[in-house]
Amino acid sequence: MTSGDIPSAYIREKRTPAPSREELRARIPGWGVDLDPADRPSNPKLLHAPDTGAHWDFPERQPEKWPRERSVEHAFVTPVFGTAQPPKGLSGAIRKLAYARFSEGRLAHWMLLVVGDRVDAVANHLASLATSRPDNPITQTGVKAEFTHGGLRSRRGRVDARHHVLDPLVVGGPWVVTAVVAVRALARAGARVRRR
Amino acid sequence: MRAMVYRGPYKIRVEEKDVPAIEHPNDAIIRVTLAAICGSDLHLYHGLMPDTRVGHTFGHEFIGIVHEVGSSVQNLKVGDRVMVPFNIYCGSCWYCSRGLYSNCHNVNANATAVGGIYGYSHTTGGYDGGQAEYVRVPFADVGPAKIPDWMSDDDAVLLTDATSTGYFGAQLGDIAEGDTVVVFGAGPVGLVAAQSSWLMGAGRVIVVDHLDYRLEKARDFAHAETLNFAEYDDVVVELKKQTDYLGADVAIECVGAEADGNLLQHVAGAKLKMQGGSPVALNWAIDGVRKGATISVMGAYGPIPNAVKFGDALNKGLTLRMNQAPVKRQWPRLFEHIRNGYLKPSDMVTHRFPLEEISEAYHVFSAKLDGCIKPLIVPGTA
Repeated sequence: MTSGDIPSAYIREKRTPAPSREELRARIPGWGVDLDPADRPSNPKLLHAPDTGAHWDFPERQPEKWPRERSVEHAFVTPVFGTAQPPKGLSGAIRKLAYARFSEGRLAHWMLLVVGDRVDAVANHLASLATSRPDNPITQTGVKAEFTHGGLRSRRGRVDARHHVLDPLVVGGPWVVTAVVAVRALARAGARVRRR
Repeated sequence: MRAMVYRGPYKIRVEEKDVPAIEHPNDAIIRVTLAAICGSDLHLYHGLMPDTRVGHTFGHEFIGIVHEVGSSVQNLKVGDRVMVPFNIYCGSCWYCSRGLYSNCHNVNANATAVGGIYGYSHTTGGYDGGQAEYVRVPFADVGPAKIPDWMSDDDAVLLTDATSTGYFGAQLGDIAEGDTVVVFGAGPVGLVAAQSSWLMGAGRVIVVDHLDYRLEKARDFAHAETLNFAEYDDVVVELKKQTDYLGADVAIECVGAEADGNLLQHVAGAKLKMQGGSPVALNWAIDGVRKGATISVMGAYGPIPNAVKFGDALNKGLTLRMNQAPVKRQWPRLFEHIRNGYLKPSDMVTHRFPLEEISEAYHVFSAKLDGCIKPLIVPGTA
């Protein structure tokens, strides 16, 4: 390698300077219009916002219709909060425990919330079986789109296709495991009854 | 009203729900006219975000018509056509007073580490989102803005997150004139980040992805060079070769929790949920830039720890900058750029689905079928 071949990383300046302003402006609409950091809206970082529209120092408090779960890192329940899906049942108890006992800095907080999510999903799937609209994995996963939006054609040659095969396992796996456990439990119970 | 609801990982359906009510004097109820599915919605859909409850309505990208206002609302009236930033924020706390709208401390009782977001689990406050016919919008005097007459609905809905986030991502890169910028991910946020990098004076923009149709869009829409990582044994080495062994001056990571490129990381992060997402793209960014570079992270990750190569970041003297975008802070400048023709977000829209077909919409977007880049959801078109 001659000195002229040594890559930029090993010498003082880049060997291939950027194209000129004129060249870039001709090729890219708007090139450089925000070159000056002062034109960039998030500069400086901690800008005292002019008028946000707020006409209060501290917002009026939203009525709390149930003891709202909150992070223990908060001094109190925030003045405004979401009221969607209040905690209920076993998943609700797990979620309330996660909020009451562990801060956001503790892995246990998040793992309990993940467990709560899975318990919530299973409980609701089972409960739906007793309704006029049970969960339907065919319509709810949208797999119909595989036939209407080129499922095979779209995946041809793609590097992520190899883990797409895992998706049915992630969706259906818990159901299969639950069914196997239930069948085994029933068989064991039946055998016990027969022995008596 | 009709609304999309979550039924568990990979499962959603449309249900009848009550029209939301005013719960605070500064609330408004918006009738949604157009919504979008965001790449980050897929993290919820796949069960990656803790405290995503069955029955939750997703959707943080939406526009609509004001249907009802609370008693203290001064800036909006019934019938106004409005765009709503994905951030829910009060406009008056320590953070909002300093322009950090996405870090508002008065709207998310469930967590202090993130602000409020519509339809994005209870970890971001437990607010139902806009993939529905109606949605509750807190702090109506602060977040929403009337859509200018000249702006199309498609451009407006894309400004509520994707466009603002991509542009914000380029800003956090602190791009200097002539910089080489590498953008990981050619989804809507990455495409806008690439375009915005030019506006900030980049000398070269390289977009990395593995989907050819998206890379084609990056070339046409964002005038970028492209690199399909599936064609190389090691994309980091390729980036070094293409930058004369320096690495890029700036990286903008627009992929987040479900990155491909490493089967083990993807399965551990995105499928088994053993970490807060797959940090493949972030690790490539860390290793693919030059020493002393800046990395801007726009990809969304969950709160569970990730296997990020922090030692490399330290030893290379990198500056890592990241945040959820404070959307409304971007709007005045972005309105100018759209009006001047420098940005045209609506060109990224590839699909429109009626709300009643939202299960198919999620599947198409999640599996990246049919050349999907940005799907819109139209309520009331069953």
